Amino acid sequence: MEIRNQYKLSRRKFLQLAIMGSGGILLFAKCNSSASSWRFFSNAEAQLMDALADQIIPPDEWPGGRESGVTNYIDKQLVGPYQRFQAKYRKGLQAIQSNCETEFQRKFEKMAWTEQTAFLEQMEAGKMKGTDWADGFDREFFDLIRTHSMQAFYGSSRHGGNKDNVSYKMLKLDYPLIIGQNRYKS
Amino acid sequence: MANQKVNALIVGAGAGGGVVAKELSTAGMSVVLFEQGDWISYDDHTNDELHSERNPVLGNACGPDDNRYRRVNVFPDGSQHIVLPSEGDYNNISACVGSGTVTYGALAWRYMREDFKMKSTYGHVAGSTLDDWPISYDDLEPFYEKAEWEIGVSGDDTLNPFAAPRNKPRPMPPFSHNKEAEILKEAALRLGYHPFSMPMLRNSIPYDGRPACYRMRTCIGYACPVSAKAGTHNTVIPVALKSGNCELRTNCIVSEIMVDNNGKITGVSYFDRNNRKKTQLADIVILSASAIETARLILNSKSKFFPNGIGNENDWVGRNLQGHAYPHAYGLFDEEIYDDFGPGSSVGICDFNHHNSGIIGGGYLANSFIRMPYSFSGVRPPGEKMWGKQHKEFQRNNFKKMAEIHGPYQEIPNFDQRVEVDPSVKDYWGIPVPRLSGKAHEDDIKGCSFLANKAELWLKEAGAVKTWKGFGIANSVSAGQHQAGTCRMGNDPKTSVTDKFGRIHSVPNLFVADGSLHVTNGGFNPALTIMALGYWVGGHIASEWNKGNRFKS
Repeated sequence: MEIRNQYKLSRRKFLQLAIMGSGGILLFAKCNSSASSWRFFSNAEAQLMDALADQIIPPDEWPGGRESGVTNYIDKQLVGPYQRFQAKYRKGLQAIQSNCETEFQRKFEKMAWTEQTAFLEQMEAGKMKGTDWADGFDREFFDLIRTHSMQAFYGSSRHGGNKDNVSYKMLKLDYPLIIGQNRYKS
Repeated sequence: MANQKVNALIVGAGAGGGVVAKELSTAGMSVVLFEQGDWISYDDHTNDELHSERNPVLGNACGPDDNRYRRVNVFPDGSQHIVLPSEGDYNNISACVGSGTVTYGALAWRYMREDFKMKSTYGHVAGSTLDDWPISYDDLEPFYEKAEWEIGVSGDDTLNPFAAPRNKPRPMPPFSHNKEAEILKEAALRLGYHPFSMPMLRNSIPYDGRPACYRMRTCIGYACPVSAKAGTHNTVIPVALKSGNCELRTNCIVSEIMVDNNGKITGVSYFDRNNRKKTQLADIVILSASAIETARLILNSKSKFFPNGIGNENDWVGRNLQGHAYPHAYGLFDEEIYDDFGPGSSVGICDFNHHNSGIIGGGYLANSFIRMPYSFSGVRPPGEKMWGKQHKEFQRNNFKKMAEIHGPYQEIPNFDQRVEVDPSVKDYWGIPVPRLSGKAHEDDIKGCSFLANKAELWLKEAGAVKTWKGFGIANSVSAGQHQAGTCRMGNDPKTSVTDKFGRIHSVPNLFVADGSLHVTNGGFNPALTIMALGYWVGGHIASEWNKGNRFKS
């Protein structure tokens, strides 16, 4: 019941409900940034996530990761079933930004598209330098973002991504499947 | 108020336990059937890929849940990992009434004659515990038939010359193929193979008060919205309940088998739905909790009479854990071969199950079930980008042009792939969790390579313009949803856990009725064999009981 309705609610409304309903679960997010309009991410983290999501699933004639709600999906899961990944996201996003600012004097989302791509390819290949990325954390965190972005874009829209069932439309796949009503509205 | 003692209690309402409950209760015995999960309805999760039992990244729709359950995996390098049910390494089977029979792909195979005689057929294999079963195909044949008629199977062996002989046809005709399967069928015929529509525990026509399948794309991993897929939850368990002799107790976690001061089994202790510790006494205890959980329960039941767990005098409980490796090949076609006629997986061949040169056993090959979008995003040819523009284009261009052929390779069991209980990690109820270690026998690679090559050849013949393959062998424990072998049946108590009727050798009133009994696991999905064993074990207990045998010695 709750899962299905959340998608339809505005984020503010959802936050109010979630706070009433589940008490302490949002403390982490609140400590981090009191002004955030997200459940877990700070506004700055969410901007970075949007840029990462577009790199993983770039917009073309179909919406990309950002527009389809990848950040919203991950944000939502991080205060739900993915609570165990909270620390990794906090650490990983911070590490990406500090890397970019040291090396390029800019935030990731301000870098050129090809620079962003090259940066992520380094992460994917496990070639990042510095203590932030020790023990293969570069590959691990990249894989986490990649996997979660794919879930957001190609999974059910009830979890906060795949806005308007965009990926199902792209694949020409009727969705959702409902008995007697096997079509989505275009 | 204390529970009343019953004639029999069964732990686990899945493929084996559901059948045993029906056999005993309809024979007049009083029965309590324990299930750790609850009844599942389709509406609880619809066709949400991220909660499906095959890909439960956000949590298993049909349980178990991530909050209360844990397992420990030991990798071959010695590292240990705590795994959650939503993670693949957990080797999960649904935790609900019907268990895996709610969410399975519903393939309804009988094993072949050779599958019960692996050592006689292939000889001793070094480093393995490959052996014959103490029962033959012909012993089990009538019980396969019972499963096919009481639970409901569609299919026809006419086109499969490798099928073992049967006394009676299946009750429903086979399913028609979709476009992809038709293309593959024609290719298999050109190659001289013997393709046929595979048997399914799914209604091809209305049967037993349930409707025919309406060919959705989401089937494996999901509950069926119209109950066309047959499991124990919508067939034998309702019959058991209707008998008036069976009480189903859901949301109950059985923690230990109880032993009295004389070393006799008296029942079990368990946690009820409110997590209160309780006991249930019974004349007979039957374990049907699946290969990992049945072994765990036995190993967690230690006493002065059974210091290593009940019936574990010779250290065979938990050994020979096996699942199936899944060698496979993918093929991309120029044209769309996808017609959205679900659930897929219908054309199969048994040409490579046995008597392949240089290979121990083998397995059937078939087209796979329809792959959903998120799962598809992880399937790419070697060297292909896994993200970015190219990845998205590949997804868009090929979603309806890809076929997969795969098959379950019959693993060579070994003593060191096993279930133990972890010395320190406990679940929500404080019960030591299963600890899985070991890996598949090294010769499995030969069989997997052989089958993957055959799969690829088949796709090429069908017109695939690009193909690639994989051996489907885990780098760690192989168990999965086809887990088996941890309480193997046998005639020699020194090299097996139960006798041929599933009774623990050293204990007169403790039985096993699930995949744990399998000596070997066939090159097939094991569900119908587990059901047949449920009829075999349950039928034996009921007939003995009604002759006056109370299993006291």
